[in-house]
Amino acid sequence: MTPEELDQIAEAERAAQSQFPQQVRVCVAAGCVSCQSQSVKEALDHEVEHRGAQQRCRVKGVGCMGLCSEGPLVSTNTGILYQHVAEEDAANILDSLEGPAVARLVCPTDVPFFQRQKKIVLENSGVIDPERIEDYIAAEGYAALIKALTEMSPREVIEQVTKSGLRGRGGAGYPTGLKWSTVSKSVGTQKYVICNADEGDPGAFMDRSVLESDPHRVLEGMLIAAYAVGASEGYIYVRAEYPLAIKRLRNAIRQAERAGLLGANMCGTRFSLRLDLRLGAGAFVCGEETALIASVEGKRGTPRPRPPYPAMEGLFGQPTLINNVETYANIAPILRNGGDWYAQIGTEKSKGTKVFALAGSVKNTGLVEVPMGISLREMIFEIGGGIPDGRRFKAAQTGGPSGGCLPESCLDMPVDYESLVRAGSIMGSGGMIVMDESSCMVDVAKYFMDFCMTESCGKCIPCRVGTYQMHRILTAISTMSATQQDMTMLEELCDLLKHTSLCGLGQSAPNPVVSTLRSFGEEYRAHIEDHKCPAGVCGQQGNGEPA
Amino acid sequence: MPSYVSKPTPPNQDKRWKLVDATMRRQGQQARGLIETLHTVQEAFGYLDVPALRYVAMSLRVPLSRAYGVATFYHFFTLKPAGEHTCVICMGTACYIKGAPQLLRAVEHDLGIAAGETTPDQKVSLLTARCLGSCGLAPAVVYDQDVAGKVSVPGLQQRLKQWTSPDC
Repeated sequence: MTPEELDQIAEAERAAQSQFPQQVRVCVAAGCVSCQSQSVKEALDHEVEHRGAQQRCRVKGVGCMGLCSEGPLVSTNTGILYQHVAEEDAANILDSLEGPAVARLVCPTDVPFFQRQKKIVLENSGVIDPERIEDYIAAEGYAALIKALTEMSPREVIEQVTKSGLRGRGGAGYPTGLKWSTVSKSVGTQKYVICNADEGDPGAFMDRSVLESDPHRVLEGMLIAAYAVGASEGYIYVRAEYPLAIKRLRNAIRQAERAGLLGANMCGTRFSLRLDLRLGAGAFVCGEETALIASVEGKRGTPRPRPPYPAMEGLFGQPTLINNVETYANIAPILRNGGDWYAQIGTEKSKGTKVFALAGSVKNTGLVEVPMGISLREMIFEIGGGIPDGRRFKAAQTGGPSGGCLPESCLDMPVDYESLVRAGSIMGSGGMIVMDESSCMVDVAKYFMDFCMTESCGKCIPCRVGTYQMHRILTAISTMSATQQDMTMLEELCDLLKHTSLCGLGQSAPNPVVSTLRSFGEEYRAHIEDHKCPAGVCGQQGNGEPA
Repeated sequence: MPSYVSKPTPPNQDKRWKLVDATMRRQGQQARGLIETLHTVQEAFGYLDVPALRYVAMSLRVPLSRAYGVATFYHFFTLKPAGEHTCVICMGTACYIKGAPQLLRAVEHDLGIAAGETTPDQKVSLLTARCLGSCGLAPAVVYDQDVAGKVSVPGLQQRLKQWTSPDC
């Protein structure tokens, strides 16, 4: 594939699309699909055929448009967004392309949820058809790859990524340029690139959306990365629980191979990459890089001590680059527009944008991409639309089971890597769960500990036994049978797990406990001394242990 | 006596073993393809039993203990056959906040089984998932292969009734 050929495909696709004065886009990502959006699309196709309007009107399946709670979502090229669309609405919607909008279905878009977002990772989501490579190419897809292969050296590529200030979006926030540089300098007979798509944090679905809505974007990022570090084989490790993402990825890989954008001697250069999928099998710990590597090798997903780091000795003992889906999704725009462009967005230490999955007790649940540094208050009350049913904000949980709960006093802090750590939580992969006064913080801490306990791989004692002990104590607290000694033991265990666990799962398992003790200590005291649960959740009636 | 020299034979004549063989071949008959192969077995047969593990282990030249270790390590794999219908309740954070525990309790009460078990008449299996990624539609439940969002207790109970009624 030469630059000229790529341009031709882009031109042809754009010309083909402009033939249709009318376009209707239906979200076919998992969220809307579970609300029967596939039937809506079929109904629209049917209606178009019925009217003989196939030459005039094009109905396209697209990726996630963000406002998942109001699905199925349908947008038109007249700039209208419709929500809660049902099959029966097909005729009305087609009518509205030539007349007034269907008022009862209109979803207002001049609200912060849409206006305050800055889409880089999600720029194509909801716009292009994730199952057609031509659509991606027409949206400047693969231009960055061709530019890198034909005009830049690997070192120059790494330079741009370093300049951008991009940090790993999987949660740890490690400088991406530095990681790429380390792998590129490592010595090995065969280097690998791996995409960590094992999004295991409960409450996080950013990676799933990107994979279902714009899979080629991730492929392009991995290709550029492989070129930069000198890898010739790559794996995308996807959770088995994401069948639609798996299907779209397989499709995308096949299409890219056929187009000569993936495979041997790409674009007439000596660079070759073989990409394959690897399925996870329901182990949260496999999101940890060394456990992930073990899983790709066909073994039980248990971590190993580091150093040596995967960048030096990873998959099959060779230098391996592992990055998160969202990290790769940022690479193509960075190369297209330059690292400096990216560095202008965000804060001094946290550059660029971040995709958040806003869920829980908030009006607008779904996916949002915002510049780093936005305040928590704006995220929750403006973009999120605030707390429904007249309830009060209690806490915002970020970082999943490795994170913490931010209380009301933190509402005006900026959302970036350092500030979140200072406030007792972490950025994590991007899940943000809003909680109101009906949630008990002790119960939440117990829920996360239960999760860590079940997902512990069992290799090291601090985590295997420690999470069980901590869960036991948290259960005692929530059933009003704990003592002050239990509290002392709980705090000691927090310290023990943090400092002696083998991997991040055990090391960060205490975080929800530590953060809730810090900001909601009064609730713990009420459970232990007053035998009362202020939120009315724990106690004799119980609220059901998660299995 | 198992032979590691000649090609192992599948546990029975079922044609679905061809799918499993195809996966192993695609993976180059290598140990690293173990998880992919077990996925194919589970997809084809619904669960992994010991003869299946033995066959895969011998074909990929790994000890049975390793195949068994992998099968039992990962939550996705099951060594027990599932019921006619499966009900998977998501216990992710967003779903938990939005009432998943109540849904779980309702099923446990109505069917008399705990998560991970199947009803005695083999009609319904109850499972929990740590997160399905449909958090915008919490609480979410998977009825067989379909994901349903914003599930209420009455809605869930109605579906269970449909499944367990005599004419189903």
